[in-house]
Amino acid sequence: MASEIHPILCIGCPSGCGGEVVVEDGKVTEMRGFTCDKGKAYAAEEVVAPRRMVTTTVRVRGGGLPLLPVVSEQPVPKDRVLDCVSQLRAVELTAPIAAGDVVVPDLLGLGIRFVASRSIGAAGEGYPL
Amino acid sequence: MHEPYYDVVTIGGGPAGMAAALGAREAGADKVLILERDRELGGILQQCIHNGFGLRRFQAELTGPGYAHRYIEMVEKAGIDVWLDTTVLATAPGGAVSCVSPTGGPQTVRAGAVVYAMGCRERTRGAIRIPGSRPAGVFTAGAAQRMVNMEGYLPGHDVVIIGSGDIGLIMARRMTLEGARVRAVFEIMPYSNGLTRNIVQCLNDFSIPLYLSHSVVAVHGHDRVTGVTVAQVDSHFAPVPGTEFELPCDCVLLSVGLIPENELTRSAGIHMDSVTGGAVVDQFRQTSAQGFFAAGNVLHVHDLVDWVSREAETAGQSAARFAHGALGGTGGALAVSAGAGVRTVVPQRLVPPTGDEKSVRFYFRATQPLQPAILALHADDNVVWQRRLRVVKPSEMVVADIQVATLFQGAENLTFTISPATE
Ligand code: SF4
Repeated sequence: MASEIHPILCIGCPSGCGGEVVVEDGKVTEMRGFTCDKGKAYAAEEVVAPRRMVTTTVRVRGGGLPLLPVVSEQPVPKDRVLDCVSQLRAVELTAPIAAGDVVVPDLLGLGIRFVASRSIGAAGEGYPL
Repeated sequence: MHEPYYDVVTIGGGPAGMAAALGAREAGADKVLILERDRELGGILQQCIHNGFGLRRFQAELTGPGYAHRYIEMVEKAGIDVWLDTTVLATAPGGAVSCVSPTGGPQTVRAGAVVYAMGCRERTRGAIRIPGSRPAGVFTAGAAQRMVNMEGYLPGHDVVIIGSGDIGLIMARRMTLEGARVRAVFEIMPYSNGLTRNIVQCLNDFSIPLYLSHSVVAVHGHDRVTGVTVAQVDSHFAPVPGTEFELPCDCVLLSVGLIPENELTRSAGIHMDSVTGGAVVDQFRQTSAQGFFAAGNVLHVHDLVDWVSREAETAGQSAARFAHGALGGTGGALAVSAGAGVRTVVPQRLVPPTGDEKSVRFYFRATQPLQPAILALHADDNVVWQRRLRVVKPSEMVVADIQVATLFQGAENLTFTISPATE
């Protein structure tokens, strides 16, 4: 099988290194341009099974704010990101909520937890809103 | 009337204000006060729900609210006073800060030192002069971000984004995730103004096209926006005849830059840098007015909150030292200028070092993209320091720490340049 060269821009940090990953027979055989291990790991995964962190909001009842920002604890397979967000759109919690609280323990059977990015207090009780 | 006294008062309770207040406490200030006009601390971070904050500051990848949360907890533990819903009206020499709030009414606080940490705001349609009618549906990207992430409204379903600033890119993804169609991002410059990682994960991931050297030349619609006309621009940013095309949309988002919010600073008569839009400061972040410091986006627009926190911590520590008489005024300063290839440099002045510091951290923005480049420091006519940079982009701040011994060699002028390097 012929080798393929994949140009990849790293999203691991704001440096935004560009590089290339060479894949032969479905295996990564060479990598150029990534300046750290995190970037190399990202690039290797990006050519075979890309993943992204997911952030969105869920509804909150009885809180100082109507929405709670949430984040996945690990990156989600890229082609499941939109599914995750639509599932989370149907979630509604009741205040108070503390930063780090688990919002969904295992979304879509991916084995990934979604947690609260911030605290939201009960309405009218001051900080946290 | 009783006027409360604080050693250090920060104006603003976003990332800069909180880090400055903490820096002041660390440096020994007993009484520290944060004045915040919003209903909670955290500033703009509270609406930046995406992740990627804190890699340097916390060695962790946090969301905006997550980053704010860590600082809010530190502020609470440090015994710093916080007045929310409080708007500062003016600052006067000697450290009088006049403010007003719904519960406290108008009052004056006496400060040993003041840190300006008001942040920045978005450039609006008026500021970039887009022709066309004035229908509803045109928002700055940050206003849309607040609507979507904090209030729960979608400002439109069919979106065009003007400008490739990071907030616009982040909103391209956010609106797509919420079910809107984002047709394209148009950037007038021949290069993107956002971080590479945001081009990849916010545009490329969703096949949203980015048109460089393109400008919106008309906005259509009477009550609600119905579409835009776009044209390619030449090297003088003039539309190229014959390249116009139309796109329908019900929402236009602007991400065309940020402006430091310096009404208070200007009305205090403080010396400003016309390019950064912030005050001229020395390495301690002291402005031309003794006892008044500035840090964060009010001083110069940063691209990483981690650098905002770091800079503000320095300003807060210096403010505490000033309040205790351990830091001098603004005299005897050496000018630092932005030479060829450098658009901005902060700090713009250096006062004689106090003895504890080994190096001074400088922040730069380049005038144009270069790959690779040399950042050089000229002391009078001699190059006394230089560093090779792999890539330089106007949208990405360059940071360099330079030894005090290199900076203070008796030169009268210090100038930084960024020039192309050979491969
Ligand atoms: S390779 Fe490393 S340094 Fe470069 S962008 Fe990726 S994470 Fe950052």
